[in-house]
Amino acid sequence: MTATEGSILTPADLAGNGVHGNDPDIHGKFGIFGGRYVPEALIPALDEVAAEYEKAKTDLAFLREFDHLLRTYAGRPTTLTEVPRFAEHAGGARILLKREDLTHTGAHKINNVLGQALLTKRLGKRRVIAETGAGQHGVATATAAALMGLECVIYMGAVDCERQALNVARMKLLGATVVPVTNGSQTLKDAINEAFRDWVTNVDHTHYLFGTVAGPHPFPEIVRDFARIIGVEARRQVQELTGRLPDAVCAAVGGGSNAIGVFHAFVEDENVRLYGYEAGGRGAETGEHALTLTEGSVGVLHGARTYVLQDEEGQTIESHSISAGLDYPGVGPEHAWLKDTGRATYEGVTDAEAMEAFALLARTEGIIPAIESSHALAGALRLGRELGPDALILVNLSGRGDKDMGTAMKYFNL
Amino acid sequence: MTTLHAVFDKARAEDRAALVGYLPAGFPTKDGAVAAATAMVEAGCDVIEIGLPYSDPLMDGPTIQDAVHRSLTNGTRIADVLRTVEGVAKSGAATLVMTYWNPIDRYGAERFARDLASAGGVGTITPDLTPEESEPWLAASKDAGIDTVFLVAPSSPDERIARVAGCCTGFVYAASLMGVTGARESVSSAAEGLVKRTRANTALPVCVGLGVGNGAQAAEVAAYADGVIVGSAFIRRLLDAPDEKSGLAAVRELASELARGVRR
Ligand SMILES: Cc1ncc(COP(=O)(O)O)c(C=O)c1O
Repeated sequence: MTATEGSILTPADLAGNGVHGNDPDIHGKFGIFGGRYVPEALIPALDEVAAEYEKAKTDLAFLREFDHLLRTYAGRPTTLTEVPRFAEHAGGARILLKREDLTHTGAHKINNVLGQALLTKRLGKRRVIAETGAGQHGVATATAAALMGLECVIYMGAVDCERQALNVARMKLLGATVVPVTNGSQTLKDAINEAFRDWVTNVDHTHYLFGTVAGPHPFPEIVRDFARIIGVEARRQVQELTGRLPDAVCAAVGGGSNAIGVFHAFVEDENVRLYGYEAGGRGAETGEHALTLTEGSVGVLHGARTYVLQDEEGQTIESHSISAGLDYPGVGPEHAWLKDTGRATYEGVTDAEAMEAFALLARTEGIIPAIESSHALAGALRLGRELGPDALILVNLSGRGDKDMGTAMKYFNL
Repeated sequence: MTTLHAVFDKARAEDRAALVGYLPAGFPTKDGAVAAATAMVEAGCDVIEIGLPYSDPLMDGPTIQDAVHRSLTNGTRIADVLRTVEGVAKSGAATLVMTYWNPIDRYGAERFARDLASAGGVGTITPDLTPEESEPWLAASKDAGIDTVFLVAPSSPDERIARVAGCCTGFVYAASLMGVTGARESVSSAAEGLVKRTRANTALPVCVGLGVGNGAQAAEVAAYADGVIVGSAFIRRLLDAPDEKSGLAAVRELASELARGVRR
């Protein structure tokens, strides 16, 4: 597997069977996690997506097309920015940001979306549906649908529609239909339920363009592979800039796609520590949080075995976070596995800590991050103080904060 | 306790299809569910599926979602579900629990199978448990002596139908259409073909559910299936009723109409 001339992607960059040590088995299992817990009606569709992806990921024509879109449309490779003034608040550790906020549409979600939109065309389907929390995955999906002439329906919790109103308008402008979901907690979890209901009804012509590394097999693997470019680039860039690998890689964890995207290229680098930051909301002790890995228990949600916020009878507990993109009571199965094997560490960051980091990055570096990404920034501040001034920390700045200005205006009385 | 085996034997002897009714536990109230299911049995249901209300019912349409939401708001717990099964089983119907997998997973497969059997339940229907993940449940159910029912769908290829049917005891649940639960104007034309393909892969009875809501549809399905499953239409009657008494009357009336349908 050698790099295609002038290409930023190789088949190995999409991982794949045996290329990397931690691919799921044929049932989509990462250890005991993952698998498929879905209505039987969806099994053929999941098999079809998995089979098409198996072909696509080693098809040089597919890789070339994906690569071309990432370069000329998404704006890859994204740059690496050192943030010394911000890092002064982290005990002087050296902090580097992987700038996914600079991609087209403003978040890492575009990487997965472009890959799956190409897959949709290969599958011969003309309609895509997606769930969205922060609206970033919805915007990215609506964008790719506009680009490729696909019909697009986005399911979004009614609560999220309100707190991310700007993104709702963007999706509409891009030609997508946005369906506010009013049942349950009216957030991401319920949007996913509704998208599955649509999919089982319209599966003959519709692809469910899943937005994170959760859900039934093969979504955790496909979404990871399409997001993997983040870490592949960052690993190279950090080495070019500093001559070594980072001591730690930090990312926010909602469903887990930006975190897996940046982690995966480092999984085999034993000396690189991986830190995922979940939304601590109002604090673990209040019960109002989205601390799935750190406070949850093993169960089944949205088609996969993973950590879940649930009561003792298996009912899902509603999560809370100031950030819509992290407000989810489940998490991707590969993270569950990375946690249980001890390869990655997961901690919580409260709403208040995240908002403080949000404002700090804006004032010290002139970068307004997404509130989701601000959880990783807050984690890096904490970690820097722990590791000391010699530490080199890579943070995945998964998205930009434009969409969050309404929340920021309220929070800071701007 | 009436077994599924006995139900289908009797129906076959009477040259008709069996009538299967669904209601979630705790809806419209905890006692109301037992009363409604009992009325359904008295008016002709042979089998009752008691739904275990779950926070994320991703295979269900708006009617069942609504009922389940009310049930959870009423504070329905697994102990209530088991008590409901106990109450309904007394009516003489074969009583099953229909549930998404996570509540059983969390409760403990062996414990749930045992407790369900002690309550007089004869089996479960598990719509999101795939054959690949079914091993612990098949073992626990076998030990407890209860049946396991899984679903096949119009999209299922024959080898998949064989695999799913291989996990079933009691009967195979054929989902008539690609979609969620809910009554429809007409029964999907995909259902008959699916039943045929399923029969080619199993000797078990095959029951059809999803989208059946009146006597004429029940008669249509009864012409080619061993059982007719109705859920949302019963719930709709209860949701639309001004009070519990008229709700019971409406449910009874629908059950009689369906019972005539499966005998046509
Ligand atoms: C900018 C940004 N970061 C992170 C997330 C969380 O998702 P994930 O954990 O899949 O990266 C989102 C989700 O909407 C997002 O928009």
